[in-house]
Amino acid sequence: MHIPRPILAVVVLALLAGTSSLASAQAGGHSMHGMHAPEIVIPAGARYTKADVEFMQGMIAHHAQAIVMARFAESNGANPQVLKLSRKIDQSQVPEIQIMQEWLRQYNQFAPDTSSWRHMSMTGMLTTAQLTELEVAKGVDFDRAFLKYMIMHHEGALTMVDDLFASPMAGQEVDVSVFANDVVTSQTAEIGIMRRLLSQLPPQ
Amino acid sequence: MRVVRDLKFLQILLLASVVAPSMASAQTYPTSADPRSTLTPGRFDAGTAFLGMRLVSNTPKPAQFDTSRGLTFANSDIAFGTHYAYQGNFAGFTIWDISDPAKPVVASVMQCTTSQGDPSIVGNLLFISAEGAGNRNDCGSQGVQDPKDHMAGVRIFDVSNAKAPRLVKNVQTCKGSHTHTVVPSKKDPNIIYIYVSGQSNARPETELAGCKNGTDPDDPTNSLYQLDIIKVELDHPERAVVIPGARIFSDLDVDATCKQFCAPTDPRRPAGRGGRRVPGDTASVPLHTGPRNCHDVTAYPALNLLAAACSTHSILVDISDPEKPFRIDALTDENNFQGRHTAAFSNDGTKLVQTDEWGGGTGPMCQASSMIELGGNTVITLDAKKKQTQRAYFKLPSAQSAEENCVAHNGGIIPVPGRDLYVQAWYQGGINVMDFTDPDEAIEIAYFDRGSIDPPALVDVPSAAAEAALAASGGRSRNTIGGSWGAYYWNGMIYSSEIDRGLDILELTPSAQLSANEIAAAKLVTLTDYNPQSQPLLTWPPAFVVVRSYLDQLARGNGLATNRLEAIALALDAAEMKSGAARASALNALARQVDGDVKDAKDGARVRTMAGEIRRLATASK
Repeated sequence: MHIPRPILAVVVLALLAGTSSLASAQAGGHSMHGMHAPEIVIPAGARYTKADVEFMQGMIAHHAQAIVMARFAESNGANPQVLKLSRKIDQSQVPEIQIMQEWLRQYNQFAPDTSSWRHMSMTGMLTTAQLTELEVAKGVDFDRAFLKYMIMHHEGALTMVDDLFASPMAGQEVDVSVFANDVVTSQTAEIGIMRRLLSQLPPQ
Repeated sequence: MRVVRDLKFLQILLLASVVAPSMASAQTYPTSADPRSTLTPGRFDAGTAFLGMRLVSNTPKPAQFDTSRGLTFANSDIAFGTHYAYQGNFAGFTIWDISDPAKPVVASVMQCTTSQGDPSIVGNLLFISAEGAGNRNDCGSQGVQDPKDHMAGVRIFDVSNAKAPRLVKNVQTCKGSHTHTVVPSKKDPNIIYIYVSGQSNARPETELAGCKNGTDPDDPTNSLYQLDIIKVELDHPERAVVIPGARIFSDLDVDATCKQFCAPTDPRRPAGRGGRRVPGDTASVPLHTGPRNCHDVTAYPALNLLAAACSTHSILVDISDPEKPFRIDALTDENNFQGRHTAAFSNDGTKLVQTDEWGGGTGPMCQASSMIELGGNTVITLDAKKKQTQRAYFKLPSAQSAEENCVAHNGGIIPVPGRDLYVQAWYQGGINVMDFTDPDEAIEIAYFDRGSIDPPALVDVPSAAAEAALAASGGRSRNTIGGSWGAYYWNGMIYSSEIDRGLDILELTPSAQLSANEIAAAKLVTLTDYNPQSQPLLTWPPAFVVVRSYLDQLARGNGLATNRLEAIALALDAAEMKSGAARASALNALARQVDGDVKDAKDGARVRTMAGEIRRLATASK
């Protein structure tokens, strides 16, 4: 399956933009690998494992939902610090999705698109109810919900990296290794920042 | 093509709707009105743009590394010793004989899988950082099946024979080594310390004894929240050992009072526990908001200082006793810099440059929509008590394409007397020179850039050639990671390690922003070895070009009246025609005149420094 990048970018943006109807958005619960993706076949002699492929596929869905969450900040009256952070998360994770998709295609593995968050549920991702709560929250209520849920979401990404490196022979292919460590570096820092921003909000 | 065009239009509309709100805020953005923003793509035939420098040579990677398959064969950093450049690679390293910068010659290629492979050279010993999970003790590329084969830490090679490097020792550390920094002993020339930076989690204790993940910065058994230190006897590198590290991250949390996600109340769940995190389980969430490790640390041994780039914080450390470094000051800028990468000192130690590697280096973070305040540099000044104050932001001012991975990366000081110049790599953004003499207004004075390695995907360039290129790539557009990993000034030239295209060597050329005298003065500074993260004190011999550098700077900045500048220039020319005592006498007379210029000059401090340089030249002329 080949989609030229700019067309893909249109799809990415269109799907990310179209977040208004969340009701049927998410199956929720657990990972639905295998239901939508073809079976993962690792060729003999490959430097990567099934866990690497699942990590990259799952992280695309995970990132895609983070971008949806981040873009709520534009219209929900986020405070300037939260708004700046949300834009940074948006601008950081869009190219990371492209890196992951490119890695998967390089090895002829299925590369989920950015609608995958609707039907794949990785650790730390929001349920439909939580996402709706975030979508309708305004002002300081939004800030609080956003920070709470994005910390949870980032923690999930760190867990995904922990699980990756705990899998036999996984995380050794250089690009996966570098990418996974970059996720740890950036999201650990952002968790610290979000925790600080949360502590600065007025008491409920 | 019609559908494609419509889609592109839609894409622009969508992009505009995404980007527009940001434009209204206080952030600033790179410009697309720059020659670097429209360069044609190509691996070895890309369009180029130059300002104030020229390309002396480009030498592709040796055949063993000559492939761009992801990062597997990526070039990384460089170190310099005598007439060799040691260029790291994710699959080993190359030793280049750079006796003739126009024609570098491969002395040897060591194949040894070691991501990321950042090198340092000390005498005959080459130190290489190893971080990746697939690095093996035996250098093999087959990956690690048995954890006992895993190498994460610092490799030590004997390179006394540049044609035949020899692995002497693998020093294992708990977080591996993303980068490292050489710090010499004050007492014993046979001892050096390697400060090891690594941002990944600690290895399991089952793999390396004594390693532990934890959340308490003060817990001495916690492998995180610690700068690791290796002690090396240069005449016995095989005895290199890990010694207790520096816990410089304690009490760095801003607003330590916690309202939510606070300390675990259940005493059965101590905050210090490591292991698997449970999202949403607030008791398992580490409490700290401050950094737990650094990306890079830069030592300035002559000043007993170390500047550390640690996530959200710029940390200044006293290294008077290299075995017991301690924190002097920490500065944070939560609004923007959150992925600090590297620090560098001004030569006089009163300023710092800190860089931010937003996106980790593989993302295109220099696009027209990428904020200047993220992914660039910031200038910091140090007061007499070494307290830091953040000043200007600076970033590559030219907007780069979506195909170009770009963000601030490694660089070093160019030794022009009287100015603070920093040459720096921006991956596929190319390299440039930042003048941060004025800490509130850092400006770009020179650059070199190529177009992206890969062309944009088909719809951006609808042409038969693009379609053929796409077909040749298997119908898949690619974004090869490439560009300059590090760019450094070394003995007269700028050396740039190109991740995909090999080794670039450049030379500064005179421009309105940098004079021939200043370039000549920089060339007077020669070093026998250079590890950019262990910053040398730069000194200039007494010389006419040094004096004239100050004169040129006073002219450029209107620092002294034009008639006086002209008179001093003529007097210098006249003195240069003389020799011995007559020259010394003429120079001393000139120095006395220049003393008199100080009080009325707009830049009196620079005039005073110039008078001092004239006297130094007089003394040397006797």
